Amino acid sequence: MKKVIIGNYSASYAVLRSRVEVISAYPITPQTQIVEFLSELCGSGDLKARFLKVESEHSALASLIGASSAGARTFTATSSQGLALMHELLHWTSGARLPVVMVNVNRALAPSWNIWADQTDSLSQRDTGWIQVYCETGQEIFDLTVMAYRIAETVMLPVMIAYDAFYLSHTSEPVDIPEQGEVDSFLPAYSPGVFLDIKHPAALGSMASPKYFMEMRHDQQCAMEKVEEVFTGSAGEYNEIFGRGYGIIETYMLHDAGKVIICASTMAGTVRSVIDAMRKDGERVGLLKIRLFRPFPAEEIRRALDGKKLAIVIDRNLSPGLGGIFAQEVKSALYSAPNPPDVIGIIAGLGGRDVTPELIKSIIIDSESDSRSGKSIIWKGLNKGGGA
Amino acid sequence: MIEIRIHGRGGQGAVIASKILAVSFYIEGFQVQSFPAFGVERRGAPICAFVRIDTVPINLRSEVYTPGHIIVLDHTLVEAVNVCEGLGEKGTILINAGEKRIAGMDFGRFRTGYVDATSIALKHGLGTATSPIINTAIAGAFASFTGMLKFDSIEEAIHQEVPFKQKENALAAREAFDTVALYSKG
Repeated sequence: MKKVIIGNYSASYAVLRSRVEVISAYPITPQTQIVEFLSELCGSGDLKARFLKVESEHSALASLIGASSAGARTFTATSSQGLALMHELLHWTSGARLPVVMVNVNRALAPSWNIWADQTDSLSQRDTGWIQVYCETGQEIFDLTVMAYRIAETVMLPVMIAYDAFYLSHTSEPVDIPEQGEVDSFLPAYSPGVFLDIKHPAALGSMASPKYFMEMRHDQQCAMEKVEEVFTGSAGEYNEIFGRGYGIIETYMLHDAGKVIICASTMAGTVRSVIDAMRKDGERVGLLKIRLFRPFPAEEIRRALDGKKLAIVIDRNLSPGLGGIFAQEVKSALYSAPNPPDVIGIIAGLGGRDVTPELIKSIIIDSESDSRSGKSIIWKGLNKGGGA
Repeated sequence: MIEIRIHGRGGQGAVIASKILAVSFYIEGFQVQSFPAFGVERRGAPICAFVRIDTVPINLRSEVYTPGHIIVLDHTLVEAVNVCEGLGEKGTILINAGEKRIAGMDFGRFRTGYVDATSIALKHGLGTATSPIINTAIAGAFASFTGMLKFDSIEEAIHQEVPFKQKENALAAREAFDTVALYSKG
């Protein structure tokens, strides 16, 4: 069934079809519509889940840690300040190996208050042990959220599905919502090997002395190292059932490209439309979209960029004092490449500033001189008088 | 690609109007995208919503700057904002205004249509005198004024997207479809 729906409802439908059992959430723009709709679905009985209204995002994730420990399939959604407030429990969820799935609608962190698109919120949680996946379309939100449960419950790690505020959260477009039976055939019920059970009392997550702690982190890292394979396998099965395939990265017109734009989320769509226009004028430019950010697909990126002249990473995020986070990760992935391209890091579109086709075109046109400039961060689209 | 910009005031239903149009085009086999101007809505403040239509999947994810069609839900907005901003050479404007309201307005070279969507909505019991619900009427008027959509598609979109008073909304859309007129200054 294809419906014209906003990105946020696409997430809600994925949760419905995934037969989630416990939802706990605290509202925050631009996420709120996801859990509002889920609350209606719980109220109408279409979704047989427990909906917990809590007093903060910290409590939202804390209650899911409890529910997931007891063996329930769980969901929450948040954004920006809400995700930041969860920080302590993000570590707890992954450390406790709980397959919680969360949507984070990418919104700028305050101050100043800003509700618009910016990826610094989720990217700054990169070391919390969550798998992170970035979506470009409403269809990707649905498909990757369903896949997230399969992946999370296979490797026993939590998954964060991230997508841009407004450009996707509030944008309506056609999305295919498969029938329940089809989703059931892809995603079986969650049945963990270990869970809290009052009939068999036990404690999880208690004190671990230096004698044991390090092995737990080692196991966690080993699980992360399986994610790419599990993602690819799940995506293959998903494709067989639904006819839509997803890689951990995605490329467009890369085969003969000298210059490659690297970015994630909705910006990739606009970049594709610019590539189509510029190729008509003979500019050989391509796209590498990063879909899976944690674990970082370093090997795939090295392979895709082998022999390329110039990689232009556009970051809608900022790690102050360092630059764009995707650019940093790409540079570090390329360190061991035999024949790496030059990499330039562009900062654009922070706090929802529009990244227009014209801006992307100017980034491509300026890229050679920007590369020669030796600057580690290049700002684009700053107001006159802004920046050094 | 065709782009539409809808000007309204917060609470008037511009976002639903953009959704009804998007769904109507989708029913006719087009790829569509609709979204509100990204921001914080305040009741009564000028707001915008947009629709993109194409024959191929829509990659573009930036805001709309050069629409081909403009819809104005409140005639007083003409004095508050430049509703023609970025409108292309062959652009059209559709305004919710009766004959008396539109008299004297100047939209230059742009093909302009007008329809008294407020009176039509109230006649069919949609909203109140201070807050008429005009989004279905304006969608009907747009279909006929631009010739881009069949009435049946608007009716089906109303059926899918409007949870209340579907019959009244469809009748309002039909009346606006039939009564929208071309404005010629003087």
